[in-house]
Amino acid sequence: MTKGETPSREFVMAGEGPPPTTLPQVVGGPPARTMTEKEGRSLMLRTEGLAKTFTLHLRGGMQLPVLTGIDLAVHAGECIVLSGPSGAGKSTLMRSLYGNYRAEAGRILIRHNGEMVDIASAEPRIVLAVRRETLGYVSQFLRVVPRVSTLDIVADELITRGRDPAEAAALLSRLNIPRRLHDIPPATFSGGEQQRVNLARGFIAKHPILLLDEPTASLDAENREVVVEMIREAKQKGTAIVAICHDAEVRDAIADRLFPLTPAREAA
Amino acid sequence: MTLLSARGLGLRFGAITALADVDVDLWQGEVLAIVGESGSGKTTLLNVLSGRVTPDAGHVFYTDPDGAEHDVHAMPSPALRTLHRSDWGFVHQDPRQNLRMNVSAGGNVGERLMARGARHYANIRTEAIDWLTQVEIDASRVDDLPRTFSGGMLQRLQIARTLVTHPRLVFMDEPTGGLDVSVQARLLDLIRTLVARLGIAAVLVTHDIAVARLLAHRIAVMQRGRIVETGLTDQVLDDPQHAYTQLLVSSVLQA
Repeated sequence: MTKGETPSREFVMAGEGPPPTTLPQVVGGPPARTMTEKEGRSLMLRTEGLAKTFTLHLRGGMQLPVLTGIDLAVHAGECIVLSGPSGAGKSTLMRSLYGNYRAEAGRILIRHNGEMVDIASAEPRIVLAVRRETLGYVSQFLRVVPRVSTLDIVADELITRGRDPAEAAALLSRLNIPRRLHDIPPATFSGGEQQRVNLARGFIAKHPILLLDEPTASLDAENREVVVEMIREAKQKGTAIVAICHDAEVRDAIADRLFPLTPAREAA
Repeated sequence: MTLLSARGLGLRFGAITALADVDVDLWQGEVLAIVGESGSGKTTLLNVLSGRVTPDAGHVFYTDPDGAEHDVHAMPSPALRTLHRSDWGFVHQDPRQNLRMNVSAGGNVGERLMARGARHYANIRTEAIDWLTQVEIDASRVDDLPRTFSGGMLQRLQIARTLVTHPRLVFMDEPTGGLDVSVQARLLDLIRTLVARLGIAAVLVTHDIAVARLLAHRIAVMQRGRIVETGLTDQVLDDPQHAYTQLLVSSVLQA
């Protein structure tokens, strides 16, 4: 981003607080996407009055309010963990942040190529561009094209970004997916192995913003440690992370802040 | 700039509404799936978009590589035929509709190149073999007649024949319909890879939601000739808004 570029006129940066003290300013100098203080330094994602209600037409139009008035802000190098009991709307919020669920009200602003883009109202092809370049999402479950090899699933992320596909094998190995499994489609893998393939695919793209839904849920202690280390490294490089994580130990290791959610009241 | 843009399409067959108030926009390199149950108007819409069927109301505009806009249904038929032979491609559910069954596999692929003006025999044959290989048909089968091919091979041959001229826009009508599930997966991966690599825009008609999820960037859901919901593929399938889409998505068996 050049100095002359003006921030999106819709987005008001004035009044933004100072960056959190946890910013890794010492590591390798300022992050690549340098922004001045005035531009609302390092704010990567922000929701304003986000609300989501599901309408179940097959149940007589029953209304399920899940989220109301969500104001969330995430800065570069920061990891926010969504907390709250089951049914509080953690996954719904995360899917809304990705544009997978359609927001009913409010805005979801994502810093994309130096501008704040509201993906709650953006055209589909803009949302796809944001996902390609800026916003990554690692779901709990691996969803892939049948018969594509594990290595190709991960390498594809590099090839589409014009990067060296060789990194894929290294990251898979780091996640303890041995070489002999790289040429096999992951359909027959265990739950933990599939999750690690999913994590490799999610992390290798190096998105500036990452959404992680239970990244360590089916992993053993050794692999949990690898993932925690990968999250730490990503934060140090300035990646903004929103995670759902029930494992208290992992949560304490990665979270800079918790964002509590409470179950919305049933409509009367 | 949109590649293909339709406004206010309407078509009636007697008392039956085949299309009503249909708008479609397709951007370069974008894959749009049209889903809905049998009789919802999917294939009719595909035929109207591709100029094969004339609507009672509305227009379809195509923007050519030079940026000029053409009203597809007002074009002289030779110009439309040229478009179908060059910038456009059509993949039918039944490959026999597109292939010449008494011409060799290589001839089927080479023919489209020749229709576009290629004359050098050796080059045409080399390119035909290259495309057969790309669709995973062994080069040794280049001189065999399509009737000796399996259903999956015929469909791959049709895809080679369609893509050999590097069209900018491909219309696909149930490209994996009528194939065994094992063959479907392979074909889907092939289509997905080729379309992404060549940057082709496509309109894909399918009743199979899983196919739409794998191949399409966007989905339009049709019911009784109308588009009732449209959006990003994963949005429409994971958070359907319209009652009919909710029914469609919830009716899919989980494998």
